[in-house]
Amino acid sequence: MKKKLVSVLLACTMAFALAACGGAEEPAAPAEEATEAPADDAEAPAEDAEAPAEDAAEAPAADYSEIKVGMVTDTGGVNDGSFNQSSWEGLQRAADELGIQVQYLESKTDADYKSNLETFIDEEYDLIISVGFQLADATKAAAEANPDQKFAIIDDASIELPNVTCLMFKQAQASYLVGYVAGLTTESNTVGFVLGMGTPVMHEFGYGYCAGVLDANPDAKILQQNANAFDQPAVGKNAATTMVTDGADIIFHAAGGTGLGVIEGCKENGIWAIGVDKDQSPDGPETILTSAMKRVDNASYEAAKAVCEGTLQSGVITYDLAAGGVDIAPTTTNLSDDVIKAVEEVKAKIVSGEVVVPETQADFEAAHGDVYELD
Amino acid sequence: MFLRNLGLLINATMTYTPPLLLAALGSCFSERSGVINIGIEGMMTIGAFVGASMALTCGNPWIAFLVGGLAGALFGLLHAIACVSCQADQTISGTAINFLAPGLAVFMSKAIYDGSSDTPAIDISMKLPKVFDGIFPVGSFWNNVLSNYSVAYLSLILVAVIWFVFYKTKFGMRLRAVGEAPEACDTLGINVYRIRYICVILSGFLSGLGGAYITLATVNQFRPIIVVGQGFMAIAAVIFGKFKPQGALLACLLFGFCNGVKVLATSSNAVSPNLISMIPYIVTILALVLFVGTARVPAANGKPFQKAK
Repeated sequence: MKKKLVSVLLACTMAFALAACGGAEEPAAPAEEATEAPADDAEAPAEDAEAPAEDAAEAPAADYSEIKVGMVTDTGGVNDGSFNQSSWEGLQRAADELGIQVQYLESKTDADYKSNLETFIDEEYDLIISVGFQLADATKAAAEANPDQKFAIIDDASIELPNVTCLMFKQAQASYLVGYVAGLTTESNTVGFVLGMGTPVMHEFGYGYCAGVLDANPDAKILQQNANAFDQPAVGKNAATTMVTDGADIIFHAAGGTGLGVIEGCKENGIWAIGVDKDQSPDGPETILTSAMKRVDNASYEAAKAVCEGTLQSGVITYDLAAGGVDIAPTTTNLSDDVIKAVEEVKAKIVSGEVVVPETQADFEAAHGDVYELD
Repeated sequence: MFLRNLGLLINATMTYTPPLLLAALGSCFSERSGVINIGIEGMMTIGAFVGASMALTCGNPWIAFLVGGLAGALFGLLHAIACVSCQADQTISGTAINFLAPGLAVFMSKAIYDGSSDTPAIDISMKLPKVFDGIFPVGSFWNNVLSNYSVAYLSLILVAVIWFVFYKTKFGMRLRAVGEAPEACDTLGINVYRIRYICVILSGFLSGLGGAYITLATVNQFRPIIVVGQGFMAIAAVIFGKFKPQGALLACLLFGFCNGVKVLATSSNAVSPNLISMIPYIVTILALVLFVGTARVPAANGKPFQKAK
């Protein structure tokens, strides 16, 4: 009898555990903002009076409540303090301003990409955003199998299908700017760089950063480490400790969740860290010198908006410094006035084309030699 | 250069070893009393989540650390009820806990933190304190070697304490006896159930502490992937260490050292990082293949005991 009781109990616990795991599939956040749509309605008449020309554009805004946009994160998770989070913030803004329904699914392992994409396809989402090049294969397969389903993918330009929009960023330009800051700020003439994974897109961070450091400070030494994971904070922390031991006083990470460990290591050792993808200052106001921002939020928002308006183009859309797609973080409390001024100048030069930021191994090595070791 | 590498290796070893060691000590208690505990991994995960969540709520790392342990102990109690009182299959119960506890952790995280499976970052002032912090210059050999979290030292002291309990106290002798010959103990008037209950709950408590160490010291937030595999590494360490606390210590230090080597080796980028990432796992397999033959499993381990009517 007792044994039976136990087996029933165990079966229940397992079922519960499975249900909890399945939580990822459930609506993860009540972001539909159903109450938001009437608010828009209320404002619309007021604007009608002022701008009748925009009437046509404003009126359908209320109808966007049927539009569903979903995003699938990579293994970094939606709270990665980096591009997954940034992308989600863009969609939340879209939900607020356009009244659309947004949803995300987190991928715990590489195996989850396919099933997460399928979940959204089954629920007939109008647009599915894959966050990160790690989802490229899964997204391509899903797009080929479902030609009527619209996809957008961030950081990957390899998919050439009529129903896929590739959102690319000039991350090298943002990395160049923070590298420039690091080169000007370092007192030990030694800075560090922690990479999340050795892929072409990720190397662009490295080329831009190294070029920026060397242009600002030709004598600077750049310590480099490939953590080979986006989800291993402990490895990031040890990488930071290693660089501190070797004299680095500023470390830039392009490593997602692993980077949280890098920031933690910098915090504990009292040196500067440079954040990536979004303004990471909240993760450590005393530690984060600046951040290389990739406005993934803007790109996600605009993709969602384009779906609403029916103007979403397939192919590659590139967001650069001139277009506000990448930038240095707006938080400048830890930067000196001279540095801020110098950065503004170099920014103008990049926009005007006077300074060209290298993005490939060939361009970088032609300008600076084989300084970047991780490629 | 040698001092640099040595310092960094010790530093990385001391970053990885404590959570592993705490869980392994927990596993020692359970296995030696005759109850297999596969659920260490799940108990660590729930400890990691509850630890982080408590620190965010109450702001005191020590309370958070202990509550993380208690969360693990709760699952230890569950395991004990199933395996000791109800004589369920111990492997199945442990496996169920490995599904249940991480599932519950993610579920609670999503419920509390706006549908995200990761908790927000814990401020550095709310983390477990470091010993010798700020005494030696940053990046110096002694700072790398000595500036560890206080709990890291505590876990080393705990090895000695548990060794003493195992081999020098009446409770320790009974515990070992219960794992070898529960029927004999029963005829001599020892309450087998009570001893096994205590040991399994203790194993949950120590595993929970190990998990909480990860979120309160190693890093500063809970993520579903944060424990992955470490509970099983701890079980491997116990088998490798022949079910003795001092053996588990050596095994855990070896695993920690391997991870240190991994980090040092990737900084040169001379060898493919993918190959280097395999080092800890290869060493584990080799260690088990080479040493497991000489480890003697407690005779009654895994066998449910039913008191004669």
